[in-house]
Amino acid sequence: MIAMTFNALLLAIREIRRNLMRSFLTVIGIVIGVAAVITMVTLGRGATEMVKQQISKMGNNLLVLRPGQGWGGGGAPMFSMEDVDAIRDQVPGIASVAPFVSNNATVVYQQESRTYDVQGTTQNYFDIGNWKIALGRFFTEAEIADSAPVCVIGETIRKELFGEGVDPIGSKIRVKNMTLEVIGLTAVKGQGGFGDDMDDSLTTPYTTIIRRLSGRQGGKNFNQVMISGEEGYLTAYIVADVAALMRERRKITANETDNFNVFDSKQLAETISASTKVMTSLLGAVAGVSLLVGGIGIMNIMLVSVTERTREIGIRLAIGARAREVLLQFLVEAVTLSCVGGVAGIALAYGLCVMLAEVVGAPFLFDPKINIISFVFSAAIGILFGFMPARRAARLDPIDALRHE
Amino acid sequence: MNSEKLIELQGITKLYGTGDAAFLALRGVDLVIRGGEFVAIMGPSGSGKSTLMNLLGCLDTPTAGSYRFKGIEVERLNKDQRSLLRRHALGFIFQGFNLLARTSALENVELPLLYRGYTRKQRHEMAREALAQVSLSDKERNTPAELSGGQQQRVAIARAIVTRPDTLFADEPTGNLDSKTTVEIMDLLRKLNSERHISIIMVTHEDEVAGCARRIINVRDGLISDDVVTR
Repeated sequence: MIAMTFNALLLAIREIRRNLMRSFLTVIGIVIGVAAVITMVTLGRGATEMVKQQISKMGNNLLVLRPGQGWGGGGAPMFSMEDVDAIRDQVPGIASVAPFVSNNATVVYQQESRTYDVQGTTQNYFDIGNWKIALGRFFTEAEIADSAPVCVIGETIRKELFGEGVDPIGSKIRVKNMTLEVIGLTAVKGQGGFGDDMDDSLTTPYTTIIRRLSGRQGGKNFNQVMISGEEGYLTAYIVADVAALMRERRKITANETDNFNVFDSKQLAETISASTKVMTSLLGAVAGVSLLVGGIGIMNIMLVSVTERTREIGIRLAIGARAREVLLQFLVEAVTLSCVGGVAGIALAYGLCVMLAEVVGAPFLFDPKINIISFVFSAAIGILFGFMPARRAARLDPIDALRHE
Repeated sequence: MNSEKLIELQGITKLYGTGDAAFLALRGVDLVIRGGEFVAIMGPSGSGKSTLMNLLGCLDTPTAGSYRFKGIEVERLNKDQRSLLRRHALGFIFQGFNLLARTSALENVELPLLYRGYTRKQRHEMAREALAQVSLSDKERNTPAELSGGQQQRVAIARAIVTRPDTLFADEPTGNLDSKTTVEIMDLLRKLNSERHISIIMVTHEDEVAGCARRIINVRDGLISDDVVTR
């Protein structure tokens, strides 16, 4: 039996070499199908992971209280320091709260001048947003109390105003009518959950920005309140409690809608990854069709060559091959071709994934499951379509097989 | 001449189809062929000569009757056993040559050896030797498409004799060849018969080709109508 299998392998390899073009055409469908399925699914998973990572970059269990409903919030009342204190004191499960006000403003350093997001907040903001310091330091409570003219900048600002690798600490920059000293540079975060640059912000104590930039004092100055939940505390409860508190503070009655909203980053991450998962399945299904088409291609080539091969089987039978020897040869041939195609497909997919992950910026996650599934599927198709016509032919009488036209 | 009985047919019938469509191709053929004979089977188309040939070549089984090949009761063998009998004792030459396309002459000749467990070296040696016997040593690497009809048939003959069979079956071996090449092929077959004592059983409808054989069997309507030893 071992000798017979070895002999069949020998015969099969001879056949594949003899019909190199046909073998190549047979295999190419499988290669493309397998590669497409694996690439789609792997990239889809990578994209899901990327979205999750980007949203988690926004902060630890981050919740954001914003005016109005939806994104715009135009006209709806903003938030006061009293709101911030009330949330901190009355809502359970909160790790930290920071008021937040932001404006676009032109920032000038020497000859360079650009518009950036200038934001005022407390030192808590850095905790909540999971910011790390790369150079210098964050500002202190004392500096907040003094409305100190200091700021912390992101990498993009350093690159654009100071130049790459230049130490900006201690430099003075102008924002509108005030001069701020750069005291810190935040570590790079890169792209955010919405594809935005997270490193182009200039952060000052909120007192500084309110007093010197917007000119307003007291009252409702904050266009956001950043909240981080305690680790393990369900953010949905915090959302509900913050909403209830704000309704009470603003005396919103039961039949009025909220003039604020609470954004839950975890919820968003889940929603987005759910939809990317749907996309992944969809792309995978489309790629699956291409794998099926590849299989049909194999069937086609096998059927087209069946005339020639039937005669060949006839010759082999006439010169004394047993039906099972011929069958084994064809089986080995089909298995070899399919496996070569499957492996080549996986290799191609690997290359494509690594390359496309680079282009898209998504992480490359090797998924053994989809590799195995598509490999087994391709092998099954190849064996089925390669083997079936051969089995039919091997059952023929040698005379009929020889006469086959 | 070896007078041992090579082939012994008794009351062989062959029925194709069933019911109204049934057709009796052979109606009780008795025949003895001895080792070393060169037999031509002739007859008009539909006479049953091809059916007889296929039965003799163990490619087909009779509906009734007994067929002994060197004493083996062929009608009792199953498909695989008949394959093994063909593998070890018989060689075949076909009208259409039936060489594997895109395959060198050497590899075509090697084909039967692949089923016999010879080593690569043995296969090469035996195939080269067989090609030398048909004077095609210089065409080893050529594929059938690069060979003339006569050369292709010579490759097919080399393939048939490479296993050193006792018996060679040739089905219209010159059917696709011109008259000059026909002479060449027939000379070759005659040489194999006289020098190597291979029994040859050949189907043909050409009188000149049949004239090369030492015995001519005429088949008509499923029966042997005439059986003449010419030389």
